[in-house]
Amino acid sequence: MESKEKQLILSALSSILILAGYTGYVYSNYVSTNPTIVNETRFWGLSFLILIPVSIVAQILIHILFAIFLKVASNEEMETKLDERDKLIELRAIRTSHWVFIGGFLLAMASQAAGLPTWVMFCTLVLAGFLSSLVSDFMKIHYYRRGF
Amino acid sequence: MAKPSNIPECLITNNIRKLRFATGEMTQQDLADRSGVTRQTIVAIENGKYFPTLELAFRMAHIFNTPLEDVFKADFPSPADGSTA
Repeated sequence: MESKEKQLILSALSSILILAGYTGYVYSNYVSTNPTIVNETRFWGLSFLILIPVSIVAQILIHILFAIFLKVASNEEMETKLDERDKLIELRAIRTSHWVFIGGFLLAMASQAAGLPTWVMFCTLVLAGFLSSLVSDFMKIHYYRRGF
Repeated sequence: MAKPSNIPECLITNNIRKLRFATGEMTQQDLADRSGVTRQTIVAIENGKYFPTLELAFRMAHIFNTPLEDVFKADFPSPADGSTA
């Protein structure tokens, strides 16, 4: 397995871990004690705003730790060079993941049109963002394995 | 943008592997380093899975000190029988 594929699998796994950890933390500290909080838009706004920096910092830390582990375990360097093929693969993967997110966004809007509670829309948006990120990573792995 | 259906597909092949061996058995990594791309990209080009940009193609021809036509070859099907010429 090439270094780029390892990095992408790590990125997908860390996305899952970060979202699961953050959701678990928010649920146990806020939602379980006060279930009606999910109907407050302020709660969702804060949850989204905090998730973004937490996710970025956690991803950076996980990648640094993985690079150290890779160097110690197999004396292998992480591939940091980004050439023309990498950029094209990234563009293709982003195109697909955007469609996934647009689908999620439309579902979120449809939930509001159908008169469902606001928390359904926010949960759908979080899920759409998460799935589009996963799809992007797996599409990149697919293109790298195929050659382009 | 989709290609019009009346334009025939052309077959693009390359001689990179031969040229590498003819140039002091250059490794894929050496060629990648000198071309400014990753080794995986060289592998994909050699296997015909990825077609490089003109800039990279010319850079490779420059590294091998040979015209571009010696590195990449395009076969277009002849209009009469559909075979490549």
